[in-house]
Amino acid sequence: MGENSLRLPGSIDLAPSRSFTETFPEWLHEWVVTVDHKRLGMLYIVYAIFFLLVAGAEAVAIRIQLAFPGNHFLVAQAFNRFFTMHGTTMVFLVGMPILFGFGNYVVPLQIGARDMAYPRLNAFSFWLTAFGGLFLYYSFLGGGGLYGVGSAPDVGWWAYAPLTAKAFSPGHATDYWALALIVSGFGTLGTAINIIATVVSMRCKGMTMMRLPLFSWLMLVVSGLTLITITPLTAAQIMLLIDRYLGGHFFDTQAGGSAVIWMHFFWIFGHPEVYVLVLPAFAIANEVIPVFSRKAIFGYPAMVAASVGIAFISLSVWAHHMFTIGMTSVSNTFFVLSTMLVGIPTGIKIFNWLATIWGGKIRFATPMLFCTAFLYQFLIAGLTGIMLSVAPWNWQLHNSYFVIAHFHYVLVGAIVFCIFAGIYYWYPKATGRMLNEKLGKWHFWLFLIGYHVTFDTMFFVGILGMPRSIYTYEPNRGWNTLNLIVSAGGIIQALAVLLFAVNLIWSYFRGQQAGNDPWDAWTLEWGTTSPPPPYNFAEDPIVRSRRPLWDLKHPEDPDWEYEG
Amino acid sequence: MAPTSTPAYEIKALSFFVLSITGSIFLVVAGLLTYSVIKYRAKQADQLSEPAQIYGSTQIELAWTVIPVLIVIVLFLTTARLIFAIQDAPEPEPSLDVTVIGHQFWWEFRYPKLGIVTANELHVPLSSEQAPVPTYLTLLSADVDHSFWVPQLAGKTDLIPNHPNATWINPLEPGLYVGQCAQFCGAQHALMLLRVYVDDPDQFSAWAKNQQEPAVEDPGVAAGRRVFETQACMSCHTIRGTAATGRFGPDLTHLMSRQTLASGAADNNVQTLKQWIQNPASFKSACLMPAMQLNDQQLDQVTDYLATLR
Repeated sequence: MGENSLRLPGSIDLAPSRSFTETFPEWLHEWVVTVDHKRLGMLYIVYAIFFLLVAGAEAVAIRIQLAFPGNHFLVAQAFNRFFTMHGTTMVFLVGMPILFGFGNYVVPLQIGARDMAYPRLNAFSFWLTAFGGLFLYYSFLGGGGLYGVGSAPDVGWWAYAPLTAKAFSPGHATDYWALALIVSGFGTLGTAINIIATVVSMRCKGMTMMRLPLFSWLMLVVSGLTLITITPLTAAQIMLLIDRYLGGHFFDTQAGGSAVIWMHFFWIFGHPEVYVLVLPAFAIANEVIPVFSRKAIFGYPAMVAASVGIAFISLSVWAHHMFTIGMTSVSNTFFVLSTMLVGIPTGIKIFNWLATIWGGKIRFATPMLFCTAFLYQFLIAGLTGIMLSVAPWNWQLHNSYFVIAHFHYVLVGAIVFCIFAGIYYWYPKATGRMLNEKLGKWHFWLFLIGYHVTFDTMFFVGILGMPRSIYTYEPNRGWNTLNLIVSAGGIIQALAVLLFAVNLIWSYFRGQQAGNDPWDAWTLEWGTTSPPPPYNFAEDPIVRSRRPLWDLKHPEDPDWEYEG
Repeated sequence: MAPTSTPAYEIKALSFFVLSITGSIFLVVAGLLTYSVIKYRAKQADQLSEPAQIYGSTQIELAWTVIPVLIVIVLFLTTARLIFAIQDAPEPEPSLDVTVIGHQFWWEFRYPKLGIVTANELHVPLSSEQAPVPTYLTLLSADVDHSFWVPQLAGKTDLIPNHPNATWINPLEPGLYVGQCAQFCGAQHALMLLRVYVDDPDQFSAWAKNQQEPAVEDPGVAAGRRVFETQACMSCHTIRGTAATGRFGPDLTHLMSRQTLASGAADNNVQTLKQWIQNPASFKSACLMPAMQLNDQQLDQVTDYLATLR
């Protein structure tokens, strides 16, 4: 016993590094035709960060317009396009690509595989997603765009029927929205299939499902959930296009179609989608929190069960977005219950993270700072979610800024914070250089302050009755000061994100050398070089526990003696 | 923003209950988290050694599963009770029925039993604990989805084409309550404002009596009326007692009894009315009323005519 066949990184036979005589076209060509999971993962992440900056700029424009009542920074039509594009971009062109980017980069490394199961499908999926995004943004120029205000989608990212019908949305704005998401949706489906196949069939010797690192476990769950949820969205969008161009009447209320059916289709996608985005964030926290607390994750089996449980329950809660559409009291009651039930597995997760920290020796490097803030913010996100699940209260809060604050607590407070944590955590692995810690801490604290100034205040604006999606408001409604504060916070967040962008670029050239294992971590990706060679491992690793590198570093006290 | 009507009161009470539970959970969990984050920081001295590794505990997992389950049960039962109490409340007699029809971007109110049609400003009688006269609203839409929301009176309910909805209010304090459309409905969703006047019973019957009359006929403004009936105005607007029977825009029979124009976008007086007719976009860009391109004389005449419609 005690012998471990995973060879330490120094012994890995490195592929020759790229020669410096490579010309720019050669370099570009390599990136375009690559089927390497690491390069594709980085392409996903860079693509997503680019759109994060774009959609962030849209958010800043929205907040400038709303800083004062009756402001004239944006006209109504432009504002509507901006909030539609902000939401659509953040969900489809930032959230999903970046999380699949992490999945692509980390999962094969973590399970000791040489690549994804289907490298070519992987490249195909990425380029579909990329063209979907470019197509969506072409809408600012194309179609009727050259005539003035642009023809970017302006129907809200939820695109409720019948506002999307030809009668109410002439021109091509809605078509851009539907077609772009169908295209990028197919890319997402391809990646989801790929991750499932990879995790199921490419694990290295000794890595049973109950030794799979939690990050990979959650990516598996997310991919399964993605297959289930993207499908109804794509179906609904095709139905919408049939309505618009082939004389269909699925959602055409003037010809007897149903607006409510669209809502059901959209939210049976839309709610699980929240979990598609948040589970990878949990996945990142599952790696970062134990490593920086210097303890094994508490309750691994419970964490796996809770993740599967969340995915399962999340498929039954969609109509809590629809408490105000006049469902029967019995249906409302059902969705109150299913929604509240999600609180139980998410609660278990928070308690397990807390127990992981408990008794540890916490190192507050930047990834851990982001994850610590995530724990508080996700707690608030969950509790405000419980408030919103109380249907009668929801009748007041629905579509108000309270809801905006709540879901930004999930999407920013939990997901974006974990994405930042993930980038600070794996950037050294991907580039071989550390991100600058000093800039990282500035980024963290500025972003944290800006975030709370914005979104904490939004709860109060919402309780004072301000609805979402309005481009202006009257000065006598009591919302003026609060809106100004919200906007100020938005500017602070934008500054923090710019610092982050600077850090990414600066550290790529000047960052401190990382070495193979800068965080003293325990999963297989830290057992190879930074950046890893093509095909990752010279020799297939063999593992005997959930933390193969812990076993290597502590041969006197290996994990396999304790894991049940 | 204190609530002043029955469903809103009950919702407020429930929300305080839920807030107290979720607030306590927050205090406990965030407290533990803060404690552990401070207590278990790595100290410089012991960087090298690893802490004791603990892998889990079934008892503890069970405990923190069962407690949330109990909390969920309590919250669920309280919520379910109020859902049924509000949604399935039987309509008492006497009560007032109003049909609300959402349009891009204004509200149509029809009182079927009273024969009244008006727009954007809903008048309802004051109710009281002793003699309740609640108002029951049937919610319809002429085009896209809208949502009826006056926070101080009740939660919101959507107006969806082909999907009639209902809600009710039981206002216990007189006054003006402001709300607005709460479901994005197109370019001018933001200025689809909503005003509800809760009148005491005498005021309400006086208002209703006036609304039931056909339009005032003032021979002094016959020229303006002719302009109204010969230009496109009449194809969208109704003025009862005249040839104008359009239904695309608000009923103007008693236009000057309303305090605002354009669904709350502007005060209603002769000047603003004139400006509105000349160029609606000056108050409300992208509204569906076109600028009518009247000459100055026609504009003055039609404004004078409309100004008599009390």
